[in-house]
Amino acid sequence: MTGSPPFGTFTCDAGSLQELLTDKTVVCPCCNGPLTAETLARLLADVQSLASVRKDQPHDGLNGASRNPHAGIIIDPHAHMISRTTDDYEAMAKAGIVAVIEPAFWLGQPRTNVGSYADYFAMISGFERFRAGQFGIRHYCTIGLNPKEANNEHLAEAVMEMLPRFLVKEGVVAMGELGYDEQTPQEDKALRRQIELAKEFDLPIMIHTPHRDKRAGTLRTMDVLKEHEFDPTRCVIDHNNEETVREVLDRGYWCAFSIYPQTKMGSDRMATVVENFGPERIIVDSACDWGVSDPLAVAKTARLMAQRGISSDAIHQVVYANALAVYGLNGEMDEQHWLAPAAIDQRTLYEGNSVLRGGQMPRIEQPGRPADDLFIT
Amino acid sequence: MTGLSGHNGRGDVAATVCDGFLALADEWIARAVSDNATSWFRRAIESVRGASDGNALAAAIGIAPRRVGKADLSLTPNDRAQARALRRGLDPSDWTIDQLARSALMVASYAGDDAAFALHFDAFCSTAEINELIALCRGLPVYPAAERLEPRAREAVRSGMKPVFEAVAHRNPYPVEFFSEDAWNQMVVKAFFIGSRLWPIQQHDERGNPRLARMLVDLAQERWDAGRPVSGEVWRCVAPHADAEGTGALVRAFETGGERERLSVALALQHLASQRVDAAFSQQGLRGQLTDLQSHLVTEKIDWTSLA
Repeated sequence: MTGSPPFGTFTCDAGSLQELLTDKTVVCPCCNGPLTAETLARLLADVQSLASVRKDQPHDGLNGASRNPHAGIIIDPHAHMISRTTDDYEAMAKAGIVAVIEPAFWLGQPRTNVGSYADYFAMISGFERFRAGQFGIRHYCTIGLNPKEANNEHLAEAVMEMLPRFLVKEGVVAMGELGYDEQTPQEDKALRRQIELAKEFDLPIMIHTPHRDKRAGTLRTMDVLKEHEFDPTRCVIDHNNEETVREVLDRGYWCAFSIYPQTKMGSDRMATVVENFGPERIIVDSACDWGVSDPLAVAKTARLMAQRGISSDAIHQVVYANALAVYGLNGEMDEQHWLAPAAIDQRTLYEGNSVLRGGQMPRIEQPGRPADDLFIT
Repeated sequence: MTGLSGHNGRGDVAATVCDGFLALADEWIARAVSDNATSWFRRAIESVRGASDGNALAAAIGIAPRRVGKADLSLTPNDRAQARALRRGLDPSDWTIDQLARSALMVASYAGDDAAFALHFDAFCSTAEINELIALCRGLPVYPAAERLEPRAREAVRSGMKPVFEAVAHRNPYPVEFFSEDAWNQMVVKAFFIGSRLWPIQQHDERGNPRLARMLVDLAQERWDAGRPVSGEVWRCVAPHADAEGTGALVRAFETGGERERLSVALALQHLASQRVDAAFSQQGLRGQLTDLQSHLVTEKIDWTSLA
């Protein structure tokens, strides 16, 4: 594509097209069938997305030609920081990560009683938040009963009773991770009850899509959300891949990708997804936890996207602005928290981010020492 | 509120502290926030009054910052005097509006039963996020049944979260009134370990003791061995209770320390008359230097707040 963008500022949503077409018909050039307003809207949106990601010339850095003064700073909206070391925090801060969201999930080993669940919620809204602040990273969390542990009915019931107490806490930006693991009736029940709770407490939802039977599980999750009339613009569907992205975006949800190179999604594939679908409603996260995962995955993916010529504005959208838009909906996560921290926070909770203080280009460093540097005697 | 007991006096005296605190909170919040936020606060106080349902209190305390904001309270000297008059040592000078609201909500939830209050206070702290914990700990001096809350106050000064530690330790009369010597000593030594300061701890000169002095001399030795700096505030606790070893440490700190540490030793010894200390400094030929620095402290008006 050369020259000016082909469609100018025409809003190519289904409604405008419906109006434009009324009694006219547009025919598909390959099959001669009639194109509906929805299909046309989708095709046009794809073209506009392609145009928007290719606006800039390729360049090395993330700041590049961006008009945004804060390009280069990153939010990792899915990171299980309780499993990570201080080396990780240091490296993340240096790489430009200003905020993380810690979704409540399982711990690798199932909890056997509600007390350990309560302590976990208190930890991700307490000590972990303090720890992150010491490294200049703002820490938020989501609260919820995860689908794996929803299968322990006795535990699930007790956790459900306790949830309201935690949903009102400061720093809670959504309910999550909700969804399916094995898609059992118990998981279904927990999901539905929690969707209703999210509505009651006016919280967005973060959905964990199942690893096994992913596509069907993802579609089913969205069907259930729709059945409960949950607004898709207040919901992030996470752990997507090439098989699920289209439907998730088409149904109006925020579509997140966890960069787990060996399993869920790699940086390279992620860049291709952004090239193909554009940056609208797409979110990149690391989902780093106790497994083989990388707390710098978002930063590395941002760098790779820049090297592949994706515009810095598009990158900013998928590694920062989109996450801020949806997880900022209930007002608990606000850009001012890291750009202009309150006096009380500067005194107590937040050491300030050196990336923002120095205004330097974010650096990407490996957390900790490489194994080769370790000498065991 | 009648029949209150516990630290804040008994019966009517305690009720005076609680009611007085709620009145101050109401006045200070009403003048700092919008009418809407004020009416939210007043409704919230009514909704938690004597409430047996923990969820109502949790919801009100959880949501308070979103309703009244987190700005500094910005108290006038007169406000601070009112606080002190209400409750000895009460010092909300660096509280924020939401912290005041949260403490007030906790006070208002007292239903006349000390044991029940202590239980629900403790349960609340178990599920508190960090900012709630800070606010609730700052409120310790105004709660009824204060002595029953001691385990939670101890827990807070064991915390690795510095702002939680400081919520109890700093500008708070609770520790001096309720902590045993062991608890007090642990708190003071911990302050050095988490990089906190001593001077905002109320009445800490009065609570100094030989065991604390010995622990801090050990701490200084450890730091010297490791080539790490020693906070000058250590000597404030060591000087009045120094044994032979402590005196030796004071001399060493004065002899080898940087200017700040030397000034700290001089200040710590300023008003102490100790023959042992005099002899030790004289023996090393340091008595004159010590006297000179002490005059310097006076002329320059240097105190612990400027040295910390």
